[in-house]
Amino acid sequence: MMKNQRRKTEEKIFIQIMRIACGIIILVMGLIILTILKKGIPALNWKILTSVPKGGFYFGGEGGILNAIIGSLYLALGATLIAFVISTPTSLFLNVHLKKHFRMQNAIRLFIDVLWGVPSVVYGAFAFSVMIYFGLRASLLAGILTVSVFISPIMIRSMDETLKTVPLNLYEAAMSLGSTKFEIAYKIFFKKGIPGIATAILLSFGRAIGDAASVLFTTGFTDNIPKSLTQPAATLPLSIFFQLSSPIPEVQERAYAAAVVLTIIILLISITGRTISQKFMKNDIK
Amino acid sequence: MIKEKIRVENFHLSIGKEYILKNLNCIIPEKKITVILGSSGCGKTTLLKSMNRLTELYNDVKINGKIELNGNNIYNGFLDLNDLRRKMGLLSQQPAPLPMNIFNNVAYGLKISGRKKKRYLKFRVEHYLKQANLWDEVKDRLYTPASSLSIGQQQRLCLARGLAVDPEIILADEPTSALDPISSQAIENKFLELKNHYTIIVVTHALRQAKRIADYIIFMYLGEIIEQGEASEFFNSPKNEITKAYLRGSFN
Repeated sequence: MMKNQRRKTEEKIFIQIMRIACGIIILVMGLIILTILKKGIPALNWKILTSVPKGGFYFGGEGGILNAIIGSLYLALGATLIAFVISTPTSLFLNVHLKKHFRMQNAIRLFIDVLWGVPSVVYGAFAFSVMIYFGLRASLLAGILTVSVFISPIMIRSMDETLKTVPLNLYEAAMSLGSTKFEIAYKIFFKKGIPGIATAILLSFGRAIGDAASVLFTTGFTDNIPKSLTQPAATLPLSIFFQLSSPIPEVQERAYAAAVVLTIIILLISITGRTISQKFMKNDIK
Repeated sequence: MIKEKIRVENFHLSIGKEYILKNLNCIIPEKKITVILGSSGCGKTTLLKSMNRLTELYNDVKINGKIELNGNNIYNGFLDLNDLRRKMGLLSQQPAPLPMNIFNNVAYGLKISGRKKKRYLKFRVEHYLKQANLWDEVKDRLYTPASSLSIGQQQRLCLARGLAVDPEIILADEPTSALDPISSQAIENKFLELKNHYTIIVVTHALRQAKRIADYIIFMYLGEIIEQGEASEFFNSPKNEITKAYLRGSFN
């Protein structure tokens, strides 16, 4: 009896702890969104979304943040695309071709995890030093390449975690039908993993569009919308940073407006992604 | 006179430092149902998977000895593994439908071996689904995901899929252990029908199932083959003490 009583109390306490933990996360999330909305909405208008900075924009002059919106989208889309092209074969290779080479798998996973842990500013600094060596200037292309290198470990490992869950007997079934490893990878594993792969892409896109440190030296900043890959580009995180540093309240408000835009983009992307992956999930769950 | 399809000679298999199969010698007769019988963990499945070299997917596997298919050693380095595996359809314990629709599950094997004409595929898919007694249940929803079928239907789909690549041998690893009695019976009856055209190897620990379908029995215990022979002889006059104890039901 006593023991049962203890277990019941234990159950109650732990339920409360979990509720509190969940509550804290939701509260923080809510506060962040409320803050940026409260400060950003008043400054948010059509003009700010559709025009580039005019003279004296950072001192309260006319203009908008279209340069940063477009720049960020170019950068994140380009980087996600390149990272996808690198990550898909890598994660499939890890799970299909290296199936029985545990030591090799572990070594590669460890290596990628270390890369994941490297702060983005280090990638930025590294890319910057390479650019100096070749005498290149900050450009959209340099930014895309840098960011794609820095989000690749994230994408590879998240795809990897999904592909790991593909059951061995599906592998064996495909194998005994005479499939080559290439067919197993791209016709079976990739298909089976689509919901997780979609999540991996979104996660990486979110990181790509939200990072400031890696693009600071590599993409630069400009008031114009880039017309080619060799031109520098503005990005939303840097736009927020520069405007927040201003002592003028109006400019600071615009920073929050930019933050609202950034959040909305990420929100839209993850909602679309989730819908798509759930559609695939329906076909697949047993 | 038994015509042999597969011959296993002095076959050893170890994973790491642990021996899983010890010095196996046996034959698999052609166009008969051979049942590999034995308790859990005795190496039945490993022996089965050694026959199409699926064991090579495991880490740290060492193999010694040989297995001959139609007189050719399959552990010969020059062999085309995809060809070998295509000759042997596999039914696993848990059906593993491919992540695609019912039609493509059956057509998959044909497609990857280069037969892609639509009319031909339709004809073949229908043929094999009928062979697996599944056609009537799925003909109106060929393009729905295979995972929407019941487990028993999935297992029959896996059978159709395996037959579609035109194998010589069907390897079945406890194919009915996840199924309800009716689906199990359907699979067993199918095997009895198919044995005129295919060599069938069934792994099971169910003595009754072995009695119902086996022509030839290989009885394993702790990684070794204890006894093998014609089913009637095996059940009526077992020679080994362990076999006798097993048949009495002294252990499982």
